[in-house]
Amino acid sequence: MRVNFTVNGRPQEADDVWEGESLLYVLRERLGLPGSKNACEQGECGSCTVRLDGVPVCSCLVAAGQVEGREVVTVEGLADHAKRRTEQGGCGTGSCGTSLDAAQRRQPPGAADSHTGEGTELAPIQQAFIDAGAVQCGFCTPGLLVAADDMLERNPNPTDADIREALSGNLCRCTGYEKIMDAVRLAAARQGEAV
Amino acid sequence: MDFLRPASWEEALAAKAEHPTAVPIAGGTDVMVEINFDHRRPEYLLDLTRIGDLYEWETGERSVRLGASVPYTRIMEDLRGELPGLALASHTVASPQIRNRGGVGGNLGTASPAGDAHPALLAAGAQVEAESVRGTRLIPIDDFYTGVKRNALAPDELIRAVHIDRADGPQQYSKVGTRNAMVIAVCAFGLALHPESRTVRTGIGSAAPTPVRAKAAEEFLNAALEEGGFWDNGKIITPSVAKQFADLCAGACNPIDDVRGTASYRRHAVGVMARRTLTWTWESYRGTATRTEGVA
Repeated sequence: MRVNFTVNGRPQEADDVWEGESLLYVLRERLGLPGSKNACEQGECGSCTVRLDGVPVCSCLVAAGQVEGREVVTVEGLADHAKRRTEQGGCGTGSCGTSLDAAQRRQPPGAADSHTGEGTELAPIQQAFIDAGAVQCGFCTPGLLVAADDMLERNPNPTDADIREALSGNLCRCTGYEKIMDAVRLAAARQGEAV
Repeated sequence: MDFLRPASWEEALAAKAEHPTAVPIAGGTDVMVEINFDHRRPEYLLDLTRIGDLYEWETGERSVRLGASVPYTRIMEDLRGELPGLALASHTVASPQIRNRGGVGGNLGTASPAGDAHPALLAAGAQVEAESVRGTRLIPIDDFYTGVKRNALAPDELIRAVHIDRADGPQQYSKVGTRNAMVIAVCAFGLALHPESRTVRTGIGSAAPTPVRAKAAEEFLNAALEEGGFWDNGKIITPSVAKQFADLCAGACNPIDDVRGTASYRRHAVGVMARRTLTWTWESYRGTATRTEGVA
């Protein structure tokens, strides 16, 4: 079957999708977006976390056919997503010209960039993960970034308990989670300073 | 495999009538796991996520009609006052990502003895609204679970909603697992005080082939509370009464040994949870009762 949906702000079309296929498989194998990781395939690890109509979900548990007409944000689109959010948040008095302009200039994640990440602007949460040394093998990182970014969007001043709960569906097997906690605290603090 | 995508509830019922073997899929948190692991290859998947009605709830005077697909996240955030037991149970489901997708309809459809919602539904009192092209019926929750992963639904029926009695007293929920997230219950216990009818109801998960109530324990406790005038005098529950209640709850279990725990551990843990949830809810009831008396 064919599935039409929006990925990182751009309409996409996936063909020859098997009816029992997951959104994760479509993203990785059919659209060439390998940022969302495939590990447990049962919703245990959170490595495949994406936003579906704004809500964080395990893309391995979403049937491809269920995303028809829906909007998906993957880790590849996170920088852009965060940027748009900042610009919208900054237009309290109604001068939203930049937001529209930014939307028109928006580029899809280029093939080279989506693989290496080089040359692309980073979301604040991504920069914070780098600065805090929260990335070891990196396999859990994309899922953690999407989940943490969602939490900071809803809860700009999280307590440690809030962070732990928000990230409780994301497993990391390298670290003791402490650097990850540091990174999210750092991103929250920087977000607070920027406002 | 065919992917059926009904745009309305009526279309969904028609599709289920035409293809009774179709597997309904909403949050996908059970069904997709089985497909990913090739444990199941249904001929038809019946996607229910386009049916907006299933994601809504209505709060009536006596009960909440909870749409089958209302995600656990909404229950724990928006229905804590009306359905405190189910809200607590919802909060123990897996992780935020899973709670954003899964709902009570799926829990009931799968009817796993380990489903987190079941003990809360049994304790609160609930009815499952099942519908087919033939009509609608309300199945009392006590009659719904018929075996391991089996329920009372007919092949052409779908779960439209669950009618859960609004709390008229404190409710608690307790679950044993190895950590606070991503845990399939080793066992679980729900308890609800119903001061209006002066009864206590229970629900036990993961400690029998189906979710069950500890009916002998309820009868014992109801009689003991009545006899001692506890509902009126708001006294602390006698330790011997609490212990007897806990023992009877443990006795209501019919557990197995498996990877998550042994049968004897489950029995023991259910007794502990029964005593604790009784204490928590009763303390809360006494607190409320005292305040009410103070005002009067």
